[in-house]
Amino acid sequence: MPESGAARLQRVFREADHPLFVPYVMGGYPDIDASRRHAQILAEHADIIELGIPFSDPLADGPTIQAAGQAALDGGTRPMDVLDIAGDLRDGPPVVVMTYFNTVIAQGAAAFLGTAAEKGVAGIIIPDLPVDEADEVREAAGRAGVALIALAAPTTDDARMAEIGASAEGFVYLVAVTGVTGGEMTMDDRLRALVDRARRHIPVPVVVGFGVRTPDQAVQIGELADGVVIASEIIRRIGDAPDAEAADAAVNDFGAGVAEALKPYSG
Amino acid sequence: MSVNMRFGPYGGRYVPETVIGALDELTEAYERYRDDPDFLSELGVLLSHYVGRPTPLYRAQRLERAWGIDDGLWFKREDLCHTGAHKINNALGQVLLARRMGKQRIIAETGAGQHGVATATAAALVGLGCRVYMGRTDMQRQRLNVIRMRMLGAEVHPVDSGSGTLKDATSEAIRDWVTNVDTTHYIIGSAVGPAPYPEIVADLQSIIGIESRAQMLDETGRLPGTVIACVGGGSNAIGIFRGFLDDADVALVGVEAGGEGPAGRHGASLALGRPGVLHGSYSYLLQDPDGQVAEAHSVSAGLDYPGVGPEHSHLHDIGRVSYVNATDEAALSAFLECSRMEGLIPALETSHALAHVRDAAASLRGGGPVLVCLSGRGDKDVDQAGAALGIDASA
Repeated sequence: MPESGAARLQRVFREADHPLFVPYVMGGYPDIDASRRHAQILAEHADIIELGIPFSDPLADGPTIQAAGQAALDGGTRPMDVLDIAGDLRDGPPVVVMTYFNTVIAQGAAAFLGTAAEKGVAGIIIPDLPVDEADEVREAAGRAGVALIALAAPTTDDARMAEIGASAEGFVYLVAVTGVTGGEMTMDDRLRALVDRARRHIPVPVVVGFGVRTPDQAVQIGELADGVVIASEIIRRIGDAPDAEAADAAVNDFGAGVAEALKPYSG
Repeated sequence: MSVNMRFGPYGGRYVPETVIGALDELTEAYERYRDDPDFLSELGVLLSHYVGRPTPLYRAQRLERAWGIDDGLWFKREDLCHTGAHKINNALGQVLLARRMGKQRIIAETGAGQHGVATATAAALVGLGCRVYMGRTDMQRQRLNVIRMRMLGAEVHPVDSGSGTLKDATSEAIRDWVTNVDTTHYIIGSAVGPAPYPEIVADLQSIIGIESRAQMLDETGRLPGTVIACVGGGSNAIGIFRGFLDDADVALVGVEAGGEGPAGRHGASLALGRPGVLHGSYSYLLQDPDGQVAEAHSVSAGLDYPGVGPEHSHLHDIGRVSYVNATDEAALSAFLECSRMEGLIPALETSHALAHVRDAAASLRGGGPVLVCLSGRGDKDVDQAGAALGIDASA
């Protein structure tokens, strides 16, 4: 029996001596080969890779990820292409795919999750599937051995945090800001209190994302949480690069910089 | 009374976690106020003195003769509502709710601009700030409504993503709500979206069906044989259908946008889509095999939407309502016939329902009176319909 996705994720958190670095790659952006390359480059620096499957109507995403997803769809990217990228990464850090619920149910949750598991996917994040709608998918994910990663937000009250915590697997993705992806988080007392509150109610590791842009912010988050997701900023750097080679270099420099910043002092 | 969250398997709340608290708050507020005497009396006074309810029931005798509807063709005149369509029924109810919930800011999406105008109007009436999201394509084809919204003090925010139509405007409104949920109430314009919206909108629009049922009995001494309404998201349709759902002998027909016809682009979610999730609810949806939402097409911006309200999906599955469609071309010709024979310029959305009456007249004949929800007037459409029909203002 292969190790389940949840167990693999748990092991990564347990064995790490630093807050985990979870960079995001949009599958198919700017094209399929480039996104595979970016994921492979980031795999050298990351503890977990979050791999986005583009969706036509991404409600939780701000302009940067929306545009990247639309470019991926315009280039003909299909969910299977992105799952194939996950398959190519199976010897690296665990891969968690992020997509919207309609992508999952279009071919049936069991079939989709079964394919994801075959490709070595450890977990799935579905930002428009709140905990109270998730029973069926959680069961299918459990059978496939893929962890269903729940989200919590600043507007999630204590009782609901506990409900999310009670069924959580792998880790919980804590949204740092009331808003969509790509905004700007500020490390303030409110965010500190939020992370504290999440950790009190949620027994699995808590990873914070939405609006984290710099290695310094990653370190600040890392002092409170078990890991940090960086998404829009990486896409912005890819978009700003003049050519593919420069994009690869930008991804590598940024990934190395964040990973280095999150490592414990060894001196 | 608790609010319906599902209609059969359809509906639900497939939205980012961030807005779940606000949906809970809205559900609680609606459960509390829907039967609250103060709320009902404030809404009731506005509906009668400001909107002009009850709207009349009118017998369209010239069309009836031209089309051969022997048992009578009746229009429920929602086009006479203040702002020109049924949308105000919902917008006013939700604005009053928003004020009771202490929200300072209103946002809305709009396709044809009728819901945007209704929301801008209601927000102006109670003094709340208002921003309306509208696709850029729709801003061009419904230019007059853009100007009206701005005159009413609302900020109209163009949406460029996707095809620049209602779907994209709705996504952008939801993103605004996710970001500003503490201060903002999102007034969704149709019987779509996450629960409790489909139920709230249907409930606020059910006045159309309640009034017209009583009016039909008054005027004709009997119930209609068939009730017909156009369906985009489906708010005017569900509003009038709710008056007749329990009358098993009354046939209910929803008319979706057939667009360019079955081989071309269209907006016929129920006829040609399959269930999926868009904008927070599980319902019939135009989509590709991967679940990417397809771009709808209709000459009418209000029906140009790839989804449909979850209650319609349920009524479709159980066979209580038949859903058919009418093409752009059929709707435009019905638009002109109604204008020329009744002196009523109907909205292009509404014209789809009229086209069905004309084109299905043979099967409607002898089946009892036909009641059409004349959901809106076509002032907003004169630029676009005029261009399509070759009618302009040249000297």
